[in-house]
Amino acid sequence: MEIELRSIDREALAKLFAHWRDEGRRIVAPKQLGEKIDFAPVTGLDQVSLDQVQTVQSPKTAVFPRVEELFSYKSRDGQVEIRERDGTGVPRTVIFGLRPCDAAAFASLAAIFNWDSPDSLFSSRLANTVVVGLSCPRADEYCFCTSVGGGPGATAGSDILLTGTGNGTYLAEIVSEKGRQLVEGAGDLFGPALSKEKETFLARVDKAFDRDRIGPALAALFENTAFWAEQSLRCLGCGACAYVCPACACFDIQDEGDVSGKRLRCWDSCGFGLFTLHTSGHNPRPLQSQRWRQRLMHKFAYMPERQQVLGCVGCGRCSRACPVDMNILEHLRGVVEAKP
Amino acid sequence: MEALRNKARELLQSRTVQVVIGYSRGSGGSSRAVFVQAPSQADALVFDDTCRQNLAVYLMKPEVRKLGKAALVATPSALRTILQLAAENQLSDHDLLVLVVDPGGDVVPLATFGAIEARVAALNTDLSADEKEELRKYKALGQEQRRGFWQEHFSRCLKCYACRAACPLCYCSRCTVECNQPQWIPVPAHDLGNLEWNVMRAMHLAGRCVNCGDCSRACPVGIPLYLLNQELISEVFANFEFRSGLAAKAENAMSTFKPNDPEDFIR
Repeated sequence: MEIELRSIDREALAKLFAHWRDEGRRIVAPKQLGEKIDFAPVTGLDQVSLDQVQTVQSPKTAVFPRVEELFSYKSRDGQVEIRERDGTGVPRTVIFGLRPCDAAAFASLAAIFNWDSPDSLFSSRLANTVVVGLSCPRADEYCFCTSVGGGPGATAGSDILLTGTGNGTYLAEIVSEKGRQLVEGAGDLFGPALSKEKETFLARVDKAFDRDRIGPALAALFENTAFWAEQSLRCLGCGACAYVCPACACFDIQDEGDVSGKRLRCWDSCGFGLFTLHTSGHNPRPLQSQRWRQRLMHKFAYMPERQQVLGCVGCGRCSRACPVDMNILEHLRGVVEAKP
Repeated sequence: MEALRNKARELLQSRTVQVVIGYSRGSGGSSRAVFVQAPSQADALVFDDTCRQNLAVYLMKPEVRKLGKAALVATPSALRTILQLAAENQLSDHDLLVLVVDPGGDVVPLATFGAIEARVAALNTDLSADEKEELRKYKALGQEQRRGFWQEHFSRCLKCYACRAACPLCYCSRCTVECNQPQWIPVPAHDLGNLEWNVMRAMHLAGRCVNCGDCSRACPVGIPLYLLNQELISEVFANFEFRSGLAAKAENAMSTFKPNDPEDFIR
């Protein structure tokens, strides 16, 4: 659909939160938690933190929880009863105040989860989620959305995108049918757009590299073991980068229980040494350099090739969270500039 | 800084070491680990207040060990870590050259465990006054409040294992959490899994942790893991008068039985 322009002020936005609450929706938004700002359930606009460049974690937990039950089972008198989770009862959710990069990441997640057969749990969570994005008035040195096809005011992935235009007013771009329904249900809280002007209110994020060059550059470097060893020498092999990433989708399956129990899906990371360890003892990626290479290859070579979408939206979270300053933007620049 | 760079250049040129593990400038004015393997790269080295990572963590990384004999730029915590690793038979004397940068910028090379021990003996290895005060406040909480405190913090744990990866004393090739026959610690990052993981890690570091703080700094969600470690450091000292990382030959406080141990925890 064509993007429809409206406006909303802070006062009406606070009423909108109350309206969503009355509709029984769960609202997830950036919130100050101790020294960090992270996505958490909120009930009012006054609890929402709006000024940070980014949160520590991404909002992906709303559609891909850290731990999720896939089914439970009960064994009695030789009979096994299985109760599948089919996605009914997932909460109706509004994710509010996420940045355009985070909104764009749902397409990367969906490309993985619905690749060959649709993942019903993920899909029902996504279908029950409305995404109300907030454009970026500021960026930092870790941001590189414009290098991977996004931008500080990009609408892709948002159902409604808000851009602060000063004096407590926001330009509201109604991007999708879901967004339109949300506005229609909200009575007269949204007013007519006062101005179409948006660019002057956005952060400037310079393009750092040409994304079309990344895939071929990675392919040419694949066997350059010295390059990868040098890039990854300080990497400690933890999962912080993958777990804060809005587009990382890898998971592990764990069973809990004995005669009765459940099967759980848990986040996993290709940075861990055990990630590819076979039962035989063979590990196709025994070195951290190979695991770091895999991280870049998957996001910037394999996903665009197989799913026509990048596995990175340039939010910079992995770089900010890394305990040893593995700055992904710097490494990507290195890939593009390297001589294979 | 120039003295450090000159020293690194000299060590690499003379092939005394094959790599100098130190700090270079990182993102946003921070510092990060660098592995200088040629004299021409020595200019990347820096040393200032931002250099906090305990670089001894890299001494246990196979890819770094493969580079050959190392010189390591050490903070006081790294010095203690090296002695603790030695006491746990993970490092041999003369395998490593340690470089300490004095406040004036001079570089003091320490070639033996004996020299490191002498340097560490001059340090204050007790908890700082601020640390003691925070620990006192924490201990003043009732048992239920402390449980609530940790439940709240651990509810945010992602099980990314950044704490383990950043810790130079978490060097097991296979961590307890990865043993699944039997499954000691639940893998999922749910309440039970997170509680058991964090308590298990703290207990495995009791009497070993040198309080470098890298686990807390590594934690992306800001769990104050240092409090667990400092509590155990103070308990180990109270019970056994033992501090880790002071000597290259030392018994492990938690796995050494002595007939005169107080054992007053058994009631």
